[in-house]
Amino acid sequence: MSRRSRRRWPPAPLVLLGALGTALVAVPLIGLLWRAPWADLGSVITAPVVLDALRLSLISSLSATAIAFVLGVPVAWLLARVDFPGRQLVRGLVLLPLVLPPVVGGAALLFALGRRGLVGEPVYEATGLVLPFSTWGVVLASTFVAMPFLVITVEGALHNLDQRYEGAAASLGARRWTVLRRVTLPMVGPSLLAGLVLTWARAFGEFGATITFAGNLQGRTQTLPLAVFVALESDRGVAVAISLLMVVVSLIVLVALRERWWRVS
Amino acid sequence: MRLVLVSILALATSGCGDSGSDDELLVSAAASLTDAFAAVADVFEQANPGVDVILNLAGSSTLREQILEGSPTDVFASANFSTMQQVIEAGVTSGPPRIFAENRLQIALPAGNPGGVVGLDDLANEVLLVGLCAEGVPCGDLARTVLVEAGVEVSVDTNEPDVRSLLSKIEVGELDVGITYVTDVISTDGAVEGVDIPEELNGVAAYSIVALEGAGDADLARAFIEFVLSRDGQEIIGELGFSSP
Repeated sequence: MSRRSRRRWPPAPLVLLGALGTALVAVPLIGLLWRAPWADLGSVITAPVVLDALRLSLISSLSATAIAFVLGVPVAWLLARVDFPGRQLVRGLVLLPLVLPPVVGGAALLFALGRRGLVGEPVYEATGLVLPFSTWGVVLASTFVAMPFLVITVEGALHNLDQRYEGAAASLGARRWTVLRRVTLPMVGPSLLAGLVLTWARAFGEFGATITFAGNLQGRTQTLPLAVFVALESDRGVAVAISLLMVVVSLIVLVALRERWWRVS
Repeated sequence: MRLVLVSILALATSGCGDSGSDDELLVSAAASLTDAFAAVADVFEQANPGVDVILNLAGSSTLREQILEGSPTDVFASANFSTMQQVIEAGVTSGPPRIFAENRLQIALPAGNPGGVVGLDDLANEVLLVGLCAEGVPCGDLARTVLVEAGVEVSVDTNEPDVRSLLSKIEVGELDVGITYVTDVISTDGAVEGVDIPEELNGVAAYSIVALEGAGDADLARAFIEFVLSRDGQEIIGELGFSSP
C-alpha cells in the first residue's frame, strides 16, 4: 500500500521546488494580466503603432529563422561530423550569442557592420548599403542572437543519430548529398523543428541587439519588444497590451508545436 | 547540492544586510546627468565617510516607472518637470522638489561633420541619418518642440530610449546628426561636435531633485540634495556645462 502510494506521488522536495520554479515564471505573467487594460484592449491592440510593430516582428523573426536554417544547419553538420582543427573554438564562437548580453552583440554588430564599421565601411563606400537603422539590420541582429539555438539543437541530434542508417544508404550507392537530404535530415526532423521554433521564438523576443544596432523607428525597425519599451515611457496600458500579445503568440507557438513533436517522435 | 543551498543562504542574508544599511543612498538620475552626478557623488562620499552613493541612470521616464512600481529609490533627479510632477502626484515624495540646474539643446554631429550639417533645417534631409530621443523622454519632447517652433519637418531614422544612447550612435558616426543637450556634447571631449540652436528657438530643460518618502535615511537624502544645491555642488555641475537656475 505504502509502496504503491510512494510510486504514485513524486518526491515532495521535487514537487515543492518544481512548483517554485514554475511560479518564478508564472507570477510575473500574472502581474501582466493584472495590469492589462482589459476594457480597451481591442482598440489598443489594433492601434497602428502596434500593428506596424507586429508586422515587423513577424517579418524579421521569420526571416531570421530562414537565414538561421540555411546557414545554421551546415554549421551544425560540420561541427557534428567533421573533425577539423579548432572545432571546439568554432563551436564556442558560434554558440557565444547564447550567453552574451544582446546589447554587446548589438554593439559588436555596429562596430563591424555599421557605416563606419570594419566591414560596413567598405561595403557602404562601394554600394551605398547601410544596415543600421534598416529592417535588414533588425533581421541581422535577430539572426545573430537566435541562430545558436538552431545550431545547438541540430548538432545534438546529429550526434545522437545512429550512423548505420546513413552507412546503409551510402553502401546502396547514394551520394553524400543525397544521404544528407533523404536520410539524415528526415531523421533529425523533430529536433530540427524544435530548433527552428526556439530560434523563431528567440528572434521574436529580441530586443537588446536590435535597439543597439538597428535603432528604433516605427514601421522600419520598431519590433514588438521595442514598442513595449518605448510605450513603458509614455503609456503603460499600451506596453502591457503589447506584452500580452507577445505572451499569447509565443505561448501558442511553443505549446502547439510541442504537441506536434510528441506526435512525430 | 549543499554548496547550492549555502550560496543561496549567503545571497539571501547579504541581500537583507544591504537593504537595512543606512549608509547607502540610491540616487536615480536622468541619463544626461551621468557625468555631473558621478562627480557630485564622488565629492559627497569624500565629505561623508562611510556613505556609499549608488547612481541609477536612465531616461527620466524610465526612472519614474521604476519609482512608481516601488523601487527603493532615495533621491530622484529628473530632466524635466512634467516627469517630476507625475512622481509628486503619486504621493511618494518627501518635501518639495528643487530646481538645481538648467540645460539647453544643441545640434550634435560626429567629429568632422561628415553629413555637412549647418543648422536645424538639415534634420529634414532624408539622405542624412537623423536621430532624436524618443517621445516621452525629456530630450525627445524638448527637441520636438524646438523643431515645430523652427518649422522643420524632421526625417528621423531612430528614436533612442535615452540621450546617452543617442549620443553614442552619433559619436561612432552611425548617425549624421541628432539633438542632445549642450552638456552631452561637452562630455565627449570633441568626439561629438555641437552646432548652436538659435537662442529664440531653443528650449530650457530645468532639472529638479526630490527626496522620496521611502528613503532609508531621510537625513542623508536631504543632505545630498542640499549638497547638490550648495555652492560646491553647483560649481561641479557648472564645470560640465550646466547653468545654475
